[in-house]
Amino acid sequence: MINTPQQTKKLQSKLGRVRGLGSTREGVHHWWAQRMSAVALLPLSLWFVYSLITLTGTDYDTFVAWAGEFGNSVFLVLLVVTMFHHAQLGLQVVIEDYVHSELWKMGMLLFVKYGTVLFAASAIFAVLKLSIAG
Amino acid sequence: MPDDNRPLSPHLQVYRPQITSMLSILHRITGVVLAFAALLLAYWLASAAYGPEAFARAQDLLESWFGRLVLLGFTFSLFYHMCNGIRHLGWDMLWGFELSKLRATGVVVVIASLTLTVLSWLMAYGHVGKL
Repeated sequence: MINTPQQTKKLQSKLGRVRGLGSTREGVHHWWAQRMSAVALLPLSLWFVYSLITLTGTDYDTFVAWAGEFGNSVFLVLLVVTMFHHAQLGLQVVIEDYVHSELWKMGMLLFVKYGTVLFAASAIFAVLKLSIAG
Repeated sequence: MPDDNRPLSPHLQVYRPQITSMLSILHRITGVVLAFAALLLAYWLASAAYGPEAFARAQDLLESWFGRLVLLGFTFSLFYHMCNGIRHLGWDMLWGFELSKLRATGVVVVIASLTLTVLSWLMAYGHVGKL
């Protein structure tokens, strides 16, 4: 294929440019998911910080009653899901930027993905238990 | 790997530290710190699900001087990452790229996150009547 100077500058094939395609991987989805989870985390985090302030020095019974309240349980689950999703997306970028060995990179990405899912699942189940079993 | 000894760029040490670059790396650092805060939140919730003894152990840990120091760090990390995150969302919408605006919003973010950190801790201590 003959590259025109303009094409070389764009680093894209004519077909790719016409179709508006990027690297054909999943960068756009990652970028968008990171922003949308960030936006959702704004009110969730503020609610959580406010809740923590009112829960300062709480005893077990007060905390269980608080976490088991319907609205609080829902917000806690939303917070945990969004927070760990956002953390996974962010850590992925950090790893991809700094870890250059393919094997280590793949290993660490899997570790972070499995780890965030594991901790998110534990936290969600804890909230459900407090909510349903009391 | 064709050649492991290629020079790495950017050569960070030749650059004078600037508010833009320092705040940028701080966003990343606080993000990683907050991932650990998320782990602590999971542990805290799980301890309550385990029962009164486990929850009391968690509370003792968090109320110790070391626990408070960690929580203070987490609080600042959250507020900084949140405020600077809003700054990032502005950039995503193509707002605030001028150098003057970059610096001004950077200063605002630092002042806001420090203020919110102090304010929330004052409110927490006030809530338990230790103020």
